[in-house]
Amino acid sequence: MNEISSALLQAVSFGTPILLACLGATVNERAGVSNLGVEGMIAVGALAAFATANSTGNPWLAVGAAIAAATALACVHAVATIPMRANQFVSGLALTLLGTGLAGLLGKSYEGFPLAIHVPEWPFVALAGLLTLLLAFVFSFTRPGLILRSTGENPAAVDALGISVPLVRFVAVLIGGAFSGLAGAFLSLVYRPSWMDNISGGLGWLAVALVIFVAWSPLRAAAGALFFGVLYYLQFRLQGATRFPTELLAALPYLLVLVALGVAGARQAAGHAPAALGRPYLRGER
Amino acid sequence: MRLSPVSSPGPWRRLLVTVIALLVAALICAGVFALYGVAPLEAYRSMLGTLGDPVGLSEVVRRSIPLLLIGGGLTLAYRAQFVNIGGEGQLLLGAVGGSGVALFVPPGPWTLPLMFLCGTLLGGLWALIAVWLKVRYRVNEILTTLMLNYVASSLVVYLINGPWKGRNVQGYVYSDLFPGAATLALLPGTQVHQATLVLGVLVVTGLQFVLTRSVFGYQLRVVGENRAAAEYAGIPVGRVMTLAALITGGAAGLAGVGEVAGIHHRLLEPGELSLGYGFTAVIVAWLARGNPLLVLLTAPLLGVILAGGDVLKIDQNMPFRIVDVFSGVMLLCLIVSELFVQNRVRFGPWPRRSYE
Repeated sequence: MNEISSALLQAVSFGTPILLACLGATVNERAGVSNLGVEGMIAVGALAAFATANSTGNPWLAVGAAIAAATALACVHAVATIPMRANQFVSGLALTLLGTGLAGLLGKSYEGFPLAIHVPEWPFVALAGLLTLLLAFVFSFTRPGLILRSTGENPAAVDALGISVPLVRFVAVLIGGAFSGLAGAFLSLVYRPSWMDNISGGLGWLAVALVIFVAWSPLRAAAGALFFGVLYYLQFRLQGATRFPTELLAALPYLLVLVALGVAGARQAAGHAPAALGRPYLRGER
Repeated sequence: MRLSPVSSPGPWRRLLVTVIALLVAALICAGVFALYGVAPLEAYRSMLGTLGDPVGLSEVVRRSIPLLLIGGGLTLAYRAQFVNIGGEGQLLLGAVGGSGVALFVPPGPWTLPLMFLCGTLLGGLWALIAVWLKVRYRVNEILTTLMLNYVASSLVVYLINGPWKGRNVQGYVYSDLFPGAATLALLPGTQVHQATLVLGVLVVTGLQFVLTRSVFGYQLRVVGENRAAAEYAGIPVGRVMTLAALITGGAAGLAGVGEVAGIHHRLLEPGELSLGYGFTAVIVAWLARGNPLLVLLTAPLLGVILAGGDVLKIDQNMPFRIVDVFSGVMLLCLIVSELFVQNRVRFGPWPRRSYE
């Protein structure tokens, strides 16, 4: 019993940043903009949180800084892909390179120091849970949710209603960035309480893949994140306990994503993808 | 300010916009240098200094070899709409294939050819997984090739810690040294393995020929321009894409063999085997706009940045991560510049339309 509850706690702990980042990516993908830069946004968020927490000692400011930094990076993606109509997938990749690069560069002087303050874990977990419910509600039952989803499915219809497609998409991308920033803050303030280069270690990519696997549904995202959490716990637990080599266990989450994406493809989950995902909207073009 | 479309942008317009985009990227990176506390002019002088002396120049060439191979393969993959981000993993698999032959097949004159063959096959196989998932299950290849990078890296770490760990390497984590027959000759005083360089030039030239002068190349171009039209015309889209993926993976695998046989002479940590060549090659291919021959120009350009990153590490004590910043900024500027290739910027009010 004790074993199970401690496993669950660990799983929740690892699943929280994945869930936060996954929810953010769901928001911008529902509006029709893919952002593969999650990994980079998490990295700058984590660094901003750590640097602010150590210089001010204020966890609120630290979280705010993480959100601001990640949103600023998301803004680059929004400008490049919405008014400038650049390829969303390549822009997202560039954002990951830029974000992890900048964080690694500017974070060099913070490496090896512990976090000066203690930040509790439960507010982040509670927030992730609340945001899941909130998003599920907004998507299904509110007018802004409907507009957001329509922007991803049929932007021309939204445009015909007199609502600005670029504006909705811009806001959605910024929200996606803010969520990734929260995920980053959780990593450097709670999960690791320190800064190191490559702090997210591929977690952002897991989140991006999870969005597809859970078919753009916030509630299923929570279940999926918990599942990855359990998997991660098992990976630690099995180290040394079995004859199976540790190095190969480390590849397990990524292998699982491959299988999950294949399964999602076989079940035609891609059919749930927002119809206009990845396509810039140009008025008058069909 | 408004944009008016250019019906068919010429090569000069493309070149001009690209050069401006690269200059803007350099300007933004100057800002990053300043933010880090390094004088931008000083930093650029260090980076370009590599072109001035023989040692620096040979480093640029050394870095350009894998970029040439991976970038050349990528131009074909991008033409076929197979966005391969897995060059890194395919390179590692190539290194594994080459090392396997070098360590376990009795050495002889057949060793090097067999290494290249085996590495190319394994690199191609790694890309095959992703293209199979894409063609069969419509899984986004960006995600799968990326995941396969992580898996490949774990595989290498496992091999050098476990079954392939050297017998007399003391505390170090790498394989035994390759026998002499499994190593490539270097240009004296440099780290340039000229055999791989020649191979790279041949591959790039061959790919240009395939793309422009063969039925497969024609089919590939049609698939890239308009997939629906290709299907309608009866072109086997899945097969064309699979072949393109095999080529891009194979070229990256070849680069991996070159690195282990030419420079390291053993299988070692993934981070030491590759400096993110797979990602840098994405920019090489984007800059070349899908023309394999142009990679002969764009690979050395990125080679300067990689070699420059090394110099900055020593001269200015900057982390090698600066190269990622460079790559990200350049890639962003390049894809945004596409808008200005396709459109002309006009100032002033919209022209009055006449409705006669």
